[in-house]
Amino acid sequence: MREYDVAIVGAGPAGMSAASQAAALGLSVVLMDEQPRAGGQIYRNVGAASRGRLDWLGPDYAHGRGLVEQLASAPGVTHLTSATVWDVSSALEVSYLQGGSAAQCRAKHLIVATGAMERPSPLPGWTLPGVMNAGAAQIMMKVGGAVPEGRIVLVGGGPLLYLVAVQLLDAGAQVAALLETSPKHNRRPAMRHLMGALRAPGYLIKGMRLLARIRRAGVAHHFADAEVAIEGGDTAEAVVFNAGGKANRIAVDTVLLHHGVIPNVQLTRMLRLEHDWDARQLAWRPRCDAYGVSSHEAISVTGDGAGIGGARAAECSGAIAALGAACRLGVIDASALQAKAAPLLAEHQAQLRIRPFLDTLYQPPDWLLTPTDDTIVCRCEEVTAGQIRDMARLGCTGPNQTKFFSRSGMGPCQGRMCGVTVAQLIAQTRGVSVEDAGYYRIRPPLKPIPLAALASMDETPPAG
Amino acid sequence: MFREVDASRLDEAPACHIEVDGHKVAVREGEPLAAALLKAAVIPMRHSVVSGEPRAPYCMMGVCFECLVEVDGVPNVQACMTSVREGMTVRRQHGARQIGGQA
Repeated sequence: MREYDVAIVGAGPAGMSAASQAAALGLSVVLMDEQPRAGGQIYRNVGAASRGRLDWLGPDYAHGRGLVEQLASAPGVTHLTSATVWDVSSALEVSYLQGGSAAQCRAKHLIVATGAMERPSPLPGWTLPGVMNAGAAQIMMKVGGAVPEGRIVLVGGGPLLYLVAVQLLDAGAQVAALLETSPKHNRRPAMRHLMGALRAPGYLIKGMRLLARIRRAGVAHHFADAEVAIEGGDTAEAVVFNAGGKANRIAVDTVLLHHGVIPNVQLTRMLRLEHDWDARQLAWRPRCDAYGVSSHEAISVTGDGAGIGGARAAECSGAIAALGAACRLGVIDASALQAKAAPLLAEHQAQLRIRPFLDTLYQPPDWLLTPTDDTIVCRCEEVTAGQIRDMARLGCTGPNQTKFFSRSGMGPCQGRMCGVTVAQLIAQTRGVSVEDAGYYRIRPPLKPIPLAALASMDETPPAG
Repeated sequence: MFREVDASRLDEAPACHIEVDGHKVAVREGEPLAAALLKAAVIPMRHSVVSGEPRAPYCMMGVCFECLVEVDGVPNVQACMTSVREGMTVRRQHGARQIGGQA
């Protein structure tokens, strides 16, 4: 089995920056990612994007090009593309699927950089064709050069919602309305974090520019009073909501949902790392120190997978985690670590200054976090919020029990789309904390893999 | 359901053809299958395994598993994580797969 000093899972900003930094210190690095190209979701496909596409999607996207180029020129990085990690043993043997066959490698230190996913938006009608995440529509722009046809309504809250609206407008798409769901009562507590936000580099002004562009385009801008629903038959037909005490119904072809992003904890959960419920970001995050070291000393978690900070913060934290790993492996000593990490830690803190403001202002409404009874929360097995509540009343203490009785979380997505909601529903019903309700016990394989691939397992990875 | 933007914003990947439920569909080489199917308006992309509801891609990044299709005879393939190549044969899935490969 091939052995590396450091194995990194995920080639987004954190993973790319960790790989480049670790390689610069002379460590042997394997970087594994599910996509055919480096970039993660935020910089998806950026290395192959034409000038026209970079101009369209903007400078924050184009920034990723530097990271991709730095990675490509880093010596000693084995970048396994289109490789899906499906297990990691306690001895840090990493099993992955690539090109239809399974293989393994071993590392002395593991850096998890699996990033974020959009918070699932369980509202009535969210399973209809024609409804997708706003980030998913953005991926269609990055990899498909395409935008939805017909009338588009964006529903939710947060900076990405505005950015996607502007990118759609710039491509000539028909944005019929922007419907914000963030409760108005978030505004006052968010203002307490305004000073910090003003000291964060550039974020507020960017947000105001995006909003001004949306306003200039004449897009209807609504603020929902309560639950939003999507109606339709075979596809989405209308968004129904109350705003300012008035009932509204907007005809649509496409609904784009976005309620912020949350750490993708599937791998860190499978690794049995300690996690905490972040009460402001309303999401689980693995417990890490300043260098990203988790409750397992040979495993670091970096970037948005360790708590949402955004792409620039992830870029800093990836390099910080690589320095920490290099120190643990004896390549640099503690004083060198401090000297090299200090500017990165300072920049990381600066990038994070915007978060308390954003996290508070765009905290999703209760009706989304704990949906009404008829709303499907587990899309795979079609389990509703009401069924979860019933099971909690009957004595189910956490998601593993409700999974046992209802199959919620047992479908192909393995709980990714329902886990955060089910935990909150059980906590709400039982009157306990989300931490007390807990989370699914995630087991390998992390993604379904064909038995034939498992049977053909080769311990020597393919070259390159 | 999705349309390509004007050519100046495209990356000019060469066209190729795949077969979807017996119909020939023009796509761009190397793009994710789910993106190609959305541009070809292959909606719904499947019917759910419990109640047979129509479904389509939700996340486009490998976490929601709503884009499962059969690719070259292999069922339950994530279309968003699969790059298209010339001659690929795709079938939509209606309900659950059977062990042994029969729909």
